[in-house]
Amino acid sequence: MTTTSVTNTEQYNYDVIRKFAIMTLVWGVVGMLVGVYIASELAFPVLNFDIPYITFGRLRPVHTGAVIFGFGGSALFATSYYIVQRTCQARLFSSGLASFTFWGWQSIIVLAALGDVMGYTQGREYAEMEWPIDLLIEVVWVAYLVLFVGTLMKRKQPHIYVANWFFVAFILATALLHTFNNLAVPVSLFSMKSYSLFAGAQDAMTQWWYGHNAVGFFLTAAFLGMMYYFVPKQAGRPVYSYRLSVLHFWAIIFLYMWAGAHHLHWTAIPDWTSTLAATFSIMLLLPSWGGMVNGILTLSGAWDKMRTDPVIRFLIVALSFYGMSTFEGPVMSLKDVNALSHYTDWTIGHVHSGALGWVAMVTFGSFYHMVPKLWNTKMFSNRLINIHFWLATIGILLYITAMWISGIMQGLMWRAFDDFGNLQYAFIESVAAAHNLYIMRAIGGLFFLSGMVLMCYNMYKTIKSGTTEQA
Amino acid sequence: MEWLMWFTKFENTKPVSLVIFFVLFCGVIVYLFGSKQRGAQLESFKNIPLQDDDI
Repeated sequence: MTTTSVTNTEQYNYDVIRKFAIMTLVWGVVGMLVGVYIASELAFPVLNFDIPYITFGRLRPVHTGAVIFGFGGSALFATSYYIVQRTCQARLFSSGLASFTFWGWQSIIVLAALGDVMGYTQGREYAEMEWPIDLLIEVVWVAYLVLFVGTLMKRKQPHIYVANWFFVAFILATALLHTFNNLAVPVSLFSMKSYSLFAGAQDAMTQWWYGHNAVGFFLTAAFLGMMYYFVPKQAGRPVYSYRLSVLHFWAIIFLYMWAGAHHLHWTAIPDWTSTLAATFSIMLLLPSWGGMVNGILTLSGAWDKMRTDPVIRFLIVALSFYGMSTFEGPVMSLKDVNALSHYTDWTIGHVHSGALGWVAMVTFGSFYHMVPKLWNTKMFSNRLINIHFWLATIGILLYITAMWISGIMQGLMWRAFDDFGNLQYAFIESVAAAHNLYIMRAIGGLFFLSGMVLMCYNMYKTIKSGTTEQA
Repeated sequence: MEWLMWFTKFENTKPVSLVIFFVLFCGVIVYLFGSKQRGAQLESFKNIPLQDDDI
């Protein structure tokens, strides 16, 4: 162990980061396991076993909550605390507040999952939690904002590195989105049930303003922050263009806010709203690719690392999936394409190419870099990292290919007419036609989950061989 | 206060906001790429993550 790392351990609060890192792995396994199970339920409905608590409808939000907020959220807490301290050369300004965000956030994930299984839901996608949990989220999130901004304010480095800009945008936007999407009136003080302040098409637009920006700020901007620190660190060279990072930061945070209504094409919302959302979605391609290009070109002149360093491979493939899904998204937001893709599995495939390919892969790469540093050691096995990479990549490809085929097939079958103008297929025929593809999707998920379990083993051995003690 | 009513009409506020945001965007571009000296200073910040091991 070098003198430098000893100093760093004393200087920074790594304790809360270690806790969040471990819970990221735990929620990753739990969330992906539930995901594989519900994917299997769709292929083999007998797996519902007529038990209401484990039906697809109740487990699906458990899956999304555990992977987005449990796995993704814990990863963001961990990496944002790591990055803000190291790039500002300042310790988190309150250990108590840091600890509160950890215990508060973990309680939220557990309570949300229990609520989902018990059947308590607002019926809002990615915001199923009922009002008491929403209030707890509000408190924890404000604590996160205060802690993050407080740490920025006591920085010793005069400039705020761009990764932190992305994190601040993510924290502020999530606070805004969560607050307004969950404005509701409880039935009574002792009832879990509440009613939204909005109604009809306005309610739907509020929900998808939230839903799409949750993708834009929680799953994109924040993970770009992660990328802007860990790609240069792992590559050992600075990011390709700092000015490009600033430019695409402002473009991305401005444009994302307007795109949500593309989730509601061909519904009761005003047509101009739909067109506006599609237009902004197309414009989003440029700043999204700005981030991808900036990340990938960081490796210019060092492409051999792709062959020799499996961690770099995770990070660069993550950026490639980011580029692919941010191209696919604007295409799907076009009204004519959406007429085919909406309500089909194509959407599920698109979401997972972003969630698995971008969010999870960039998290894996970042964690393989960060965790050994937190425990003052080296990764237990590079070979296992490499196997994890291939399991994850094959899993994603199986998953999204299955969903593309089944999605486009469903879209075509639902709009097919016979010579007499009647629908050519009954709905159940499209379900039966997708059966084998659902099995393929579940197998893809199983590959991805196996990689996650392997990572946990590798991390366990790494952590066991390391130390948190200060010299 | 009658003039405030002008802002309540979409046909007025939409082009105004377009002009405001376009000018802002041009301002960001000019700030980033308008001066070689400032450009060099901005680019120097990209080394911050690589320096944190030396602290």
